[in-house]
Amino acid sequence: MEFLQTIPWDLILIQTLNGIVTGMILALIASGLTLIFGIMDVVNFAHGELFMLGAYMGVVVLATSGSFWLALVIATLIVALLGAALQVTTLRPLLGRDPLTTILATFGISLVLQNYALWQFGPVARKIQEPFTGQFTLFYLQYPWYRLVIAALSAAIIGGFWLFLKYGTYGIWIRAATQDRVMAQAMGIPVPWVLTAVFAIGSGMAAASGVLFGPLVGVNHAMGLDWVLKAFIVVVVGGMGSLGGSIAASIFISLLEAYAAIWVSPAQAVIVSFVVLILTLLFRPTGLFVPTPK
Amino acid sequence: MSPPETAMEPLITVEDVHTYYGKSHILHGVSLYVGKGEVVGLLGRNGVGKSTTLKTIMGLVHPHQGKVLLAGRPVTNVPAHKLARLGIGYVPEDRRIFRLLTVMENLRTGLDRHGVTEARKQELLDKVFAYFPVLAERRNQAGGTLSGGEQQMLAIARAMMLEPKIILLDEPTEGLMPRMVSQIRQIIDVLHNEGVAILLVEQNVPLTLEASERIYIMEKGAVRHHCAASELKVDHPVIHQYLGV
Repeated sequence: MEFLQTIPWDLILIQTLNGIVTGMILALIASGLTLIFGIMDVVNFAHGELFMLGAYMGVVVLATSGSFWLALVIATLIVALLGAALQVTTLRPLLGRDPLTTILATFGISLVLQNYALWQFGPVARKIQEPFTGQFTLFYLQYPWYRLVIAALSAAIIGGFWLFLKYGTYGIWIRAATQDRVMAQAMGIPVPWVLTAVFAIGSGMAAASGVLFGPLVGVNHAMGLDWVLKAFIVVVVGGMGSLGGSIAASIFISLLEAYAAIWVSPAQAVIVSFVVLILTLLFRPTGLFVPTPK
Repeated sequence: MSPPETAMEPLITVEDVHTYYGKSHILHGVSLYVGKGEVVGLLGRNGVGKSTTLKTIMGLVHPHQGKVLLAGRPVTNVPAHKLARLGIGYVPEDRRIFRLLTVMENLRTGLDRHGVTEARKQELLDKVFAYFPVLAERRNQAGGTLSGGEQQMLAIARAMMLEPKIILLDEPTEGLMPRMVSQIRQIIDVLHNEGVAILLVEQNVPLTLEASERIYIMEKGAVRHHCAASELKVDHPVIHQYLGV
């Protein structure tokens, strides 16, 4: 009984909330990444930069229009279009080549985009003003409502995308092309354009998470690095290409890190995700959250 | 060689096609044609290029030399997805069902096209479900959970969703139980009666001779013999020579 009293329940509740909020944002980034890998066999090293560009687009549109929600929508659309253009010009010509070439290509894109942002916006971090500043009291903390809204919105975007994949005609095209590209073509599905659309959707999702998360962190040209590293860990732990697995892994890892931060510093808590990654690769390399392969 | 003259305008014409996989030369100048609504058999031992001929027609591999014409129009380098829309249905050797998609979703890959009304979609579905009642029973089951015979039916039904003018059928009876084989034989007749042309690649010689109007026999990447199906019997010397039955 005394043991139970030593557990800081209030901290655990707060950290659960924090873990879920970060987990949902991470899930939004990672689902784009896992989708692009699952259908295109492309490991997109530029994903973090699309996240970062989304945040910057958010800054620009917010400054001119004054509306956070308009900024969210426009940044998502612009980065989705940019993603489509990048796919057509850079990745489509590499279709059917060694996957290594696509890694080099996306890595190149990431360097170009990062330095473009540095040149265009400078090294000083920008801030996105959150759309509302309401707070509620959680024990001794003032907890911003906006954090919960981010989690809910991310969940809504992922949920909407899942419904589209499950029931929409184009969703069925995407799933068919994921499983058998050649047969999908023989069924009249324009696979090259499906691939472009998937890259655009993944890019748009990264941008949306950039705008949503912008108010919690500063917007700068290197902000994509941390997140994309985490997103990669999540995608591997969740099972490469598995959407549900990535979402589960995002929340799982974010919760673990949040709990770890109760006892160690947040910087040390990051180690947890690497430990999970290493254990996953050692004992279950197909991913923690996918059914055991037969 | 006694190629029978057909009055019909050819739906598919393959002219002197040479196809390579990397450096291996697979098709050495294949020429054949299929008339509108005609069932044509393509026989030959394993590895003589029958499947490659179908893939070349479907635009899944592109020939280095030679032409493929669809209703007189050259389609040699047209991508597969456009050929599917132009009326070529493909039922590959290993069936290639989308295993994680349900039966219904497999059918929808061909059904959800521009210009198909909801009423027409329902009509097409009712038709295949009438021919293959088992697919209607399993409509919400994943394609990968079906038996081999059921997957074959699904592969044919899926191609029918495109309302094709011709179906390229690659070894549809391979590995099936006799009851399933006769069902596939029936569906070939049904398609024939509906005016759908079929180019049938098979190892099952009696079935092919029975179902087809004309026969091509391939050896080493080229057509070696061409005749009316009625001229051949299972024990004909030509069959012995090229198929070693």
